Amino acid sequence: MKERQLVVVGGGPAGMAAALAAREAGVADVLLLERDQHLGGILNQCIHPGFGLHHFKEELTGPEYADRFAARVLADPGIEVRLKSFAVKLTPDRRISFLRPGALEEVQAGAVVLATGCRERTREMIPIPGTRPAGVYPAGLAQKMVNMEGWIPGREAVIVGSGDIGLIMARRMALEGVLVKAVIEIQKSSRGLVRNVVQCLEDFGIPLYFQHRISMVRGRDRVESVDVVRVDDEFRDIPGSDFSLSCDTVLVSVGLIPENELLEMAGALIDRKTNTPVAPDVNLTSLPGIFACGNACKVYDLADWVTRDSQLAGRMAARYLGVADL
Amino acid sequence: MVRDVIIIGAGISGAAIARELSRYRLKVLLLEKEAEPAFGVSKSNSGIIHAGTQNPPSSLKGWLCVEGNRLLREELAADLGLHFVQCGQLIVVFDLADLPELDKIKAEGEALGVKGLEIVDRAWLDAREPNLGPEVKAALYVPSAGIISPYRFVYALVENAVRNGVRLETSSRVTAVRRRPEGFEVVAGGQVFRSRFVVNAAGLYADEVSAMAGAPTFKITPRKGEEYLLDKKREHIANHIIFPLPSKTSKGILIIKTSDGNPMIGPTAHETPDKEDLATTDAGLAEVLAGARRMMPSLDRSDIIAYFAGLRPASGKDFIIRHEDAVPGLVNVAGIQSPGLTSAPAIAVMVAGLLKERGLPLTPKEEFHRLRPRPVHLFQVPLEETARLIEKDPSYGDIVCRCELVSAQEVRDAIRRGARTLDGVKFRTRAQSGRCHGGFCTTRIIKLMQEELGLPVTAVSKRGPGSELIKDERK
Ligand SMILES: Cc1cc2nc3c(=O)[nH]c(=O)nc-3n(C[C@H](O)[C@H](O)[C@H](O)COP(=O)(O)OP(=O)(O)OC[C@H]3O[C@@H](n4cnc5c(N)ncnc54)[C@H](O)[C@@H]3O)c2cc1C
Repeated sequence: MKERQLVVVGGGPAGMAAALAAREAGVADVLLLERDQHLGGILNQCIHPGFGLHHFKEELTGPEYADRFAARVLADPGIEVRLKSFAVKLTPDRRISFLRPGALEEVQAGAVVLATGCRERTREMIPIPGTRPAGVYPAGLAQKMVNMEGWIPGREAVIVGSGDIGLIMARRMALEGVLVKAVIEIQKSSRGLVRNVVQCLEDFGIPLYFQHRISMVRGRDRVESVDVVRVDDEFRDIPGSDFSLSCDTVLVSVGLIPENELLEMAGALIDRKTNTPVAPDVNLTSLPGIFACGNACKVYDLADWVTRDSQLAGRMAARYLGVADL
Repeated sequence: MVRDVIIIGAGISGAAIARELSRYRLKVLLLEKEAEPAFGVSKSNSGIIHAGTQNPPSSLKGWLCVEGNRLLREELAADLGLHFVQCGQLIVVFDLADLPELDKIKAEGEALGVKGLEIVDRAWLDAREPNLGPEVKAALYVPSAGIISPYRFVYALVENAVRNGVRLETSSRVTAVRRRPEGFEVVAGGQVFRSRFVVNAAGLYADEVSAMAGAPTFKITPRKGEEYLLDKKREHIANHIIFPLPSKTSKGILIIKTSDGNPMIGPTAHETPDKEDLATTDAGLAEVLAGARRMMPSLDRSDIIAYFAGLRPASGKDFIIRHEDAVPGLVNVAGIQSPGLTSAPAIAVMVAGLLKERGLPLTPKEEFHRLRPRPVHLFQVPLEETARLIEKDPSYGDIVCRCELVSAQEVRDAIRRGARTLDGVKFRTRAQSGRCHGGFCTTRIIKLMQEELGLPVTAVSKRGPGSELIKDERK
């Protein structure tokens, strides 16, 4: 089995920042595994501006922000990047197995940084009752369809959840000519950035309903309408307050969950509610030599903070490997 | 061409009948209104291969269930490469005063020929089901019950039937059945098909099809069951399928192991007038959670990753499997509520017998391909086997669905075996059925379907025409 000094799993902003910082701190050999065919992770589909204001002191789009790191990663001879490489197994003594077209490989890592990002909470997790027709998509999937593939999923949309992804997708759909009928939020206020509420909804005249929820999805093959109902402070439906919105699409943006299945497989402690590693400090896990950073560690609202903390994770790994003092 | 038999409906009943008839020198046509087989009742059920208990001993469904269970365990699972797991079942009581009820179920099961039944106490249960709640006092252990993937059961039967010469026509809703002196004329999907016999296995619509053919002899009343799937991380929460004592209309809210690993809780049982009413409800969820937690209090709402509703096509209490004398040549297979999935192999043998009685010669084929190789599912094989597969075919290493570990090769294989929709790919491969619900893999699967089937993106659908996923392409 091949031995590698540091293995980083995930080639988004977190993994790239950790790999680069580890190199700067003196790690000679880094293997970076990325499932996709390119580096950048979720930033590749975030083509809107708003990235880098803190880290680079200028406003970039997601792909621009990612490319600055990717260029450095690819130019660094001490970092071997493996694309289309999917880590399937991690042991507590840091053996990693990964699949790629053509092979299953296993490596022994001196230290591991897990930067596997988040998945979206789904309709099923709330859960939203009703039928299960085509047209109900996680907002991030819709973002990928529109921004990466040029596919417009529907013509009349209702958005569930007023977090940043929901707000940004409301605007994105409106810009593509989709009639966005409403954003439905069960809480009393938006979890998203104020600038997004203003720029994404108010500027486009999209109504935002606080303290409302979808009580039924209707339609056999494709979404036909949703029932919306107002809820009280205890999230109980207020009788008689319900109304129907016709639409062919429902985008669900109800939060993110760190992807820590590998860490769990290795036997690390995981908080069941948040799916984050249980550890005394950011980037640490309950297993020595295995670190977690970026959205896999906790859900961040800005990529800039992911970069900052993930650089720290790279330095922590270097120190664990005995090549640097913190 | 005049066929020997037209089977209407490619659910588990129609599929099993088609496969059974494909042993003989017959021309058989299987008509299905949906884009793929298994898209009716047979896709949304508990996937339990019942032992035969909890049925009245004199019922048709009682003995068909016991015999279907035997045929599956002893023959079909191996022949068709099905992943059948004989995990056994427990029927629990919360009050020792209910023990006589268990004795009665045991005696009735034994009268039907169910083997190995045993009343077990709390100590037995503690050793084998550590997560049972304190309210559970004793149980009836039913060792011959097991679990299967219901849709993959249907696909295997249909594939093997087609391999043996049965013709399958999907997207072909039967709109008229006419009895002519020389046989039947069946109109479906704009075409007219002729046959000597018609087998009506149309599930929820069997009453309408029978009426079309001139035998309005029964009515189907759908009974809805909502089911909630849990994360695979909870796979080992139960080691058996766990039932409470049955009520008059249903077997109760169960904790169900599934053959793919995710445990499931449900189903509810409520009549609905609407044959398309597949909505889950807040009330259904509350009922299922309460029922399941009584048996296993550690079950949590946050474990739920998916849900669905299915409709039992009930007509009275028992199955209706008979020749309609008013319409010679018409055999009805109707009212196939639970345990229809289990009973299907035995129903098929019974239907072949009914057709023979009415003059259909059953001459065995010289060459009947009994075996169907099991498709590769990476999630079912150990890593070493995965490594070997990848060496043979690199695209087994090209992972499409990360939650369930499904490769591009498996998706292509599913399409080559007949998947035409996203649900068809999902049912065959499990891609999109994990915790991210297709958030990561949907676009890739759409592209693979476009590649394999030569479709524009706007024609790729979830479950057939009307359920297309993408409305427009940006110019
Ligand atoms: C919630 C629930 C849980 C269950 N759990 C279990 C279990 O654990 N174990 C068990 O053994 N059983 C179980 N069952 C019962 C089992 O699912 C059914 O008995 C079985 O699937 C019925 O199969 P079928 O082929 O008769 O009907 P279907 O699967 O509905 O097949 C009928 C087919 O006919 C087609 N069709 C209808 N009309 C036409 C037309 N005009 N032209 C052409 N095609 C037509 C339909 O599209 C459909 O594909 C459960 C049922 C439910 C609802």
